[in-house]
Amino acid sequence: MKKSIIDPMDLSVEEISDLLDLANDIMKDRTRYQDVAKHKILATLFFEPSTRTRLSFESAMLSLGGSVLGFPNANVSSATKGESVTDTIWTVSCYSDIIAMRHPKEGAPRVAMRRSKVPLINAGDGGHNHPTQTLTDLLTIQREKGRLNNLTVGFCGDLKFGRTVHSLLKALSRYEGVKFVFISPEELKLPEYLKEDLLDAKHLEYKEVRTMEEVMGELDILYMTRVQQERFFNEQDYLRLRDTYILDLNKLELAKKDLTIMHPLPRVNEISTEVDDDPRACYFKQVENGRYVRMALILTLLSLDHEVERL
Amino acid sequence: MKVDSIVNGIVLDHITAGKVMEVYDALKLDKLDCSVAILKNVSSNKMGKKDILKIDNDFDIDLDVLGYIDHNITVSYIKDGKTAEKKHLALPERIINVEKCKNPRCITSVERGLDQEFYLANREKQIYRCIYCDTKVTK
Repeated sequence: MKKSIIDPMDLSVEEISDLLDLANDIMKDRTRYQDVAKHKILATLFFEPSTRTRLSFESAMLSLGGSVLGFPNANVSSATKGESVTDTIWTVSCYSDIIAMRHPKEGAPRVAMRRSKVPLINAGDGGHNHPTQTLTDLLTIQREKGRLNNLTVGFCGDLKFGRTVHSLLKALSRYEGVKFVFISPEELKLPEYLKEDLLDAKHLEYKEVRTMEEVMGELDILYMTRVQQERFFNEQDYLRLRDTYILDLNKLELAKKDLTIMHPLPRVNEISTEVDDDPRACYFKQVENGRYVRMALILTLLSLDHEVERL
Repeated sequence: MKVDSIVNGIVLDHITAGKVMEVYDALKLDKLDCSVAILKNVSSNKMGKKDILKIDNDFDIDLDVLGYIDHNITVSYIKDGKTAEKKHLALPERIINVEKCKNPRCITSVERGLDQEFYLANREKQIYRCIYCDTKVTK
């Protein structure tokens, strides 16, 4: 296993498989792991506001018996005094055993990794990468479907700016028999470079459509994303498109009985709350899976992944 | 037009017509005090027109930079009036401090002392991307 995780593609398919196996084992009975990282310190460096990701990392480390170190919000870090990312990380890596870092600048974790004396996890760098979300998504798909290959995966909503979509797409492109369906308005289509450099280059099967209804019955996975108002110049366009992509029980009638509905959250109104109790809704399972996959990642990067006998 | 042959130095041939000054600038040839011949729009059977650079001095050329600017260039090292070595260029896997990342959200826009480094993302389409933020190089 590599020392730091910056990009989901830093991990080989085998390494991802090992991580998911460990996460699954933790989920069987997490009390077995509650002291494995005792006396280890996780530094959470969040230079940008975050709720779920930060709490998920902290919960993961505390569930392993470790401690957490950090600053309350981005405004009180030394970065506000003009300190470079390199110097901040060099310093913090003297105080901790592992670091989770979120930064608004894209590529900041790659810079940080060079000077860090301890393993570093990218917890999101601007609109670029968010590898632990991708691992969370992969764990969810594997748990719900029992496999990561031979799936038809639909991505819906903002496919242009959504980093979770791009990362998951790259990660899934390495598995056999995965077909992709992209459901988005013209304004928020998947970037051309992903089609050219990834989908076309690997001869992967995909199609782009405008409505959910026309493909709903084909999908094994539906990955919903939020259409973000700030991406539009015209509010009327935003309102029109936002309403196009609301998943409700009527639309779900067209779907397979074993569809898996995912969303990286936060949700605004793209999934109607009436869907929450449908057994196909998995977005809050994703949240839970995120905690366990982060536990698995922390243990692996600290070389503690074989401390507990697997069930 | 006649330009004397060089005795010891380097000849950059098959430069795409019009690119010679870009090559000149990239190799910082203005800093050299030796003779440098810039030949533009020379007739070429293969290319129609081409540019040529002759440098009357032997020095280390950054072949990666040259390959990035124009990978059609052939580099001939001349010793005692004869071609001692000829190199055909390829697109380099990495280029460092040749281009600047134009993404304002990239860490290179704020972090001090960072090299501007790009990797070859698509050889066929000759696309380079920033190693930090993956933004495509636009010339």
